[in-house]
Amino acid sequence: MPNPQTPQATSGKVLACIDHSPYAGSVCDFAAWSAQRMDVPLSLLHVLDPDPAKGQGHQNLTGAIGLGAKSDLLEELTALDEQRARLVMERGKHLLHEARTRVAHAGFAHVEVRQRHGTLVDAVLTLDAETRLVVVGKRGAASASAHGHLGQHVERVIQAVSKPILVAQQVFAPPQAILLAFDGSATALKGVEMVAASPLFRGIPCHLVYVGQSTPEIEREMNRAQSILESAGFEVRGAVLEGHPEDALPTYEAREKVDLLIMGAYGHSRIRRMIVGSTTTAMLRTSRISVMVLR
Amino acid sequence: MLQSLRQTWLFNFRGDVLAGLVVALALIPEAIAFSIVAGVDPKVGLYASFSIAVISAFAGGRPGMISAATGAMALLMVTLVRDHGLQYLLAATLLTGVLQMVAGAFRLGGLMRFVSRSVVIGFVNALAILIFLAQLPEITGSNARLDVLVFVLAGLGIIYGLPRITRAIPSPLVSIVVLTGVAVFFGFDIRSVGDMGALPDSLPIFLWPDVPLNLETLWIVLPYSIPLAVVGLLESMMTATIVDDLTDTPSNRDRECVSQGIANIGSGLLGGMAGCAMIGQSVINVKSGGRGRLSTLTAGVVLLLMVVFLGDWVAQIPMAALVAIMIMVSVGTFSWSSVLNLRTNPKSSSIVMASTVVVVVLTHNLAIGVFVGVLLSALFFARKVGRLLTIESRLTGDNDHRTYTVVGQVFFTSAEAFLGAFDFREALDRVTIDVSRAHFWDITAVGALDKVVLKFRREGAQVDIIGLNEASATMVDRFGVHDKPDAETLLAAH
Repeated sequence: MPNPQTPQATSGKVLACIDHSPYAGSVCDFAAWSAQRMDVPLSLLHVLDPDPAKGQGHQNLTGAIGLGAKSDLLEELTALDEQRARLVMERGKHLLHEARTRVAHAGFAHVEVRQRHGTLVDAVLTLDAETRLVVVGKRGAASASAHGHLGQHVERVIQAVSKPILVAQQVFAPPQAILLAFDGSATALKGVEMVAASPLFRGIPCHLVYVGQSTPEIEREMNRAQSILESAGFEVRGAVLEGHPEDALPTYEAREKVDLLIMGAYGHSRIRRMIVGSTTTAMLRTSRISVMVLR
Repeated sequence: MLQSLRQTWLFNFRGDVLAGLVVALALIPEAIAFSIVAGVDPKVGLYASFSIAVISAFAGGRPGMISAATGAMALLMVTLVRDHGLQYLLAATLLTGVLQMVAGAFRLGGLMRFVSRSVVIGFVNALAILIFLAQLPEITGSNARLDVLVFVLAGLGIIYGLPRITRAIPSPLVSIVVLTGVAVFFGFDIRSVGDMGALPDSLPIFLWPDVPLNLETLWIVLPYSIPLAVVGLLESMMTATIVDDLTDTPSNRDRECVSQGIANIGSGLLGGMAGCAMIGQSVINVKSGGRGRLSTLTAGVVLLLMVVFLGDWVAQIPMAALVAIMIMVSVGTFSWSSVLNLRTNPKSSSIVMASTVVVVVLTHNLAIGVFVGVLLSALFFARKVGRLLTIESRLTGDNDHRTYTVVGQVFFTSAEAFLGAFDFREALDRVTIDVSRAHFWDITAVGALDKVVLKFRREGAQVDIIGLNEASATMVDRFGVHDKPDAETLLAAH
């Protein structure tokens, strides 16, 4: 059943963003899994970051400028960058080839493979219109070793993109249970409707969780959300947890063997986010399971 | 926060610091030389170079670009300094900064697209010639002595010869050290930097220009501030383009405009003259491996430290050594290939380039030269586009119906050609003018079409116009008369 939320979503692809980080494999698997479940095409994207070391390795400290200094220098630097870019592109092609083989094993013979220059955010934004779901690793090659942190590009991608984003952990297994973080807001309810309407999670047990003080109003909203999901055929368990989301959710996840967390994106007020601190970012950073962020 | 610091400042630490050192060494003689061009103490140019470099390291929109006291700006302030003194120069520098910030706020950086490549090359060549001419007083007239000439030639020999042996140390610096050593050791009695005026003996201090704050002051400094602001932004935008090309990275032009403004305000308040981005120094920076903001910052800070703490030594540098370096700068700035290309390039481009150079050299004002260049480019362009107009016709029916087909651009330059293409003497019953592939750009064009229609009507022909595209149609609707009832009388008033 097509997703009724947005018209272009019906024709969108799953966009798997990979690089030379240990996350590339699970990103491919996650993307293949979701594309299969939603029955949409799969696209593999590798972005060649602008090299901050561009033209380096070249050193001429004479400080003299002779005839045609500018054009000579331009030629020299271009030749240097060209070599480097060729090398990087070659490596990227190799990576994409491996990824293609991997998803082919998962049953995708025809995937679209793209390589773009620039930053990940720019590339994903360019492809936004034809995308239905973005799959990224929690950390890219640039910050792969910074454990417990969020990759430098991931946060920016989430802020910029208008489609759901799946932030994958290093190991993939088809989710056995999902957790829908609910805060009682209208946006959260919209997220519930999105999950209910999408074929992606159909048939997977769903935990609907609210963290914080329960009020009659919250209970009413929880019941509403639960009935939306149940009427879409989900097996739902509601829960209200005490404490902060960053602490309470991981404990719950471990206890209930949940392996995918679904939550709403950042609040739209930039200033508010700076003052309050973003729960979303904190959750992404500390989560030990893969996270899907809904926009 | 830490991450952005790493990305914008420290990503190329070694390269930036080394390049910054090289640039600082190259900046010192230039800053001194340009102060002398402007007619102020060397410390004015040195303080300016320090504050402009440091401020633009933080505020600039083009990382890796070097801004400091420049020849282009110095040449514009000569008469202000001569007639009114240093304090008015500082006031003019402040006002220049304000004007540039306003330009940045209004996003005038985009206006650079009207400055064609030929004008840019003309600007650069003219700048090189002016820098060279500014050196001549040091080696001609009363200064035309054999020992001075030998010093200059020896300096040039070291500058151009040393890189053949080693590329690890800046050859201009070696030239300065060697020539200063020789001059001091053998006690040559030739002019040195110390003879030209005061050098900095302390870090710069904040001071408000000592001028009366009234309209009279404004009228004195404004005629200098406007060209200073224009030339400063022009050269900065050109330099930004060059650094963009060299490093294959984009720059933020509007931010750079504002940054130039802030830098000049800062310079004026710290006792420095107005400056802008420097083409030569920026090339040297990139060539030495500088890419980030750190290179600009290093250049500014090192420049000041060296001058303040080595001031006694700097004062001993013979002027002849500076002249040699400035000759290198002007030779390196000049686009020699543009001279070779003069004959092969389109004639209009060559004329634009040459006129820009000639006007600048005659007026010593780069802003006027650029204005003339842009104006000529526009005229040549109008003439060329005006030629993109062909009118064909064929006779149909019983030889009494002619269809004219107009293809191309009709506007003020081509209106006459448009009129001339119609044969009004031919006796016809019907005339059809097909303008579906033509464009009427202005009221001259619409007036010409009116004339054609009315003339044919007067000869007794029925005129139909087909295919006026939408843009042309609005022009004709608003300004044309042939489709209005009182056509004849209206046209008479034209």
